[in-house]
Amino acid sequence: MTAPLLDVELRLPFGADDRVLTVSSASGRVAVVGPSGIGKSTLVRAIAGVEQRARGHVRVAGEVWQDDRDGILVPAWRRGVGWAPQDARLFPHASVRENIAWGLDAVPADLDAVCAALELRGLLDRRPRNLSGGERQRVALARVLVRPTRLLLLDEPFGALDRALRARVIEALCARLGAHPVVLVSHDERDVAGLVDDVVELG
Amino acid sequence: MTTTPWDAIALSLQVATACTLLGAPPAVALGWWLARREHPAKALVTALVFAPMVLPPVVTGLLLLALLGKHGPLGAMLDRLGLAVAFTPAAPVLAALVVGLPLFVMSARAAFAAVDPAYDELSASLGDRPRRTWWRVSLPLALPGLAGGAVLMFARSLGEFGATIVLAGNTDATRTIAIAIYALLDRPASGPDVRVLAWSSVAISLFALAGYEWLARWQRRRLDLPR
Repeated sequence: MTAPLLDVELRLPFGADDRVLTVSSASGRVAVVGPSGIGKSTLVRAIAGVEQRARGHVRVAGEVWQDDRDGILVPAWRRGVGWAPQDARLFPHASVRENIAWGLDAVPADLDAVCAALELRGLLDRRPRNLSGGERQRVALARVLVRPTRLLLLDEPFGALDRALRARVIEALCARLGAHPVVLVSHDERDVAGLVDDVVELG
Repeated sequence: MTTTPWDAIALSLQVATACTLLGAPPAVALGWWLARREHPAKALVTALVFAPMVLPPVVTGLLLLALLGKHGPLGAMLDRLGLAVAFTPAAPVLAALVVGLPLFVMSARAAFAAVDPAYDELSASLGDRPRRTWWRVSLPLALPGLAGGAVLMFARSLGEFGATIVLAGNTDATRTIAIAIYALLDRPASGPDVRVLAWSSVAISLFALAGYEWLARWQRRRLDLPR
């Protein structure tokens, strides 16, 4: 039996207690569901490598990103994740285009295709402060889709989209991702059907 | 006194510019460090940097003179190297630097504290090493606040008197606006010169403070904060 593509077991502080969160998925295409406050976002942050308080292990596609028993902690900038946080978190001093191409040496070849699929054309020269919540979320999605990543971490990526747009974005995402590993945080199981193979329920 | 009011104004502008430029690197570094890092020595560093803001400037001048005067520990050493500070053109710059720096550091600390560390995290997740994140995210987002700190320091340095008179004295090479006014006060018929100096100070200071306000608003716009 081969090791699962995604294998995470992390102890995270929650108030006075600790909580152990476990995610394992053979294909690495997994949805994390559960009530709010259960630690879904913290789990995603820990996989991204920005949650200092997480203890345990994170293994992705045969690589160890964190293992506290062996003293391994790969810094966030070497993990190659595509993290779209729940609050989108666009750099306020950069245009939409600059946000999407952030840190890339050249303008990505499929920028136009991704922006078309996410219905972002016409917004590329705007500043984030002039975007709606749903537009911000789609820019954050575009930002992780145009770059090479080993694992996508999408934290409630459709929360601010209306139902029709949500369906179109999910369809575009399905077409684009194929078998690419993705951890998708959602409170709505209807969103995750075509995007993932496994569902992990926390709590 | 051989200098004209315009010489004093020019010297003051030069002194304020020089000490603000010299102060920028340490102020930015200290401000970032104080806002973003935990360290046991933080309280001590804070006390040392901010002390000149609460000490009477004359006392700051006396301390600097004790350190840098001909017989001071550092001054004696510099003197042997031919780098005397006290009562040379370097003295008003150094006095204004020490007195003005806390304002710059304080603004820099506030500017970096206002930048949400969440942006640093995101930048790291997109492949930026910490140094690159600092240059591309922390610094540009804090920039308007840093510029505001520079303006405050410039304005404060421009009017520096207490520490300057002790460390630099009233010589042709060190006669800034404030020192020139002081020297003119007990001379007969010096009214017109004093008025030129005083009104120039007022004009430059108001101009600087208006600039500070404008920069503070730019900072809020840049960080996408409510105005």
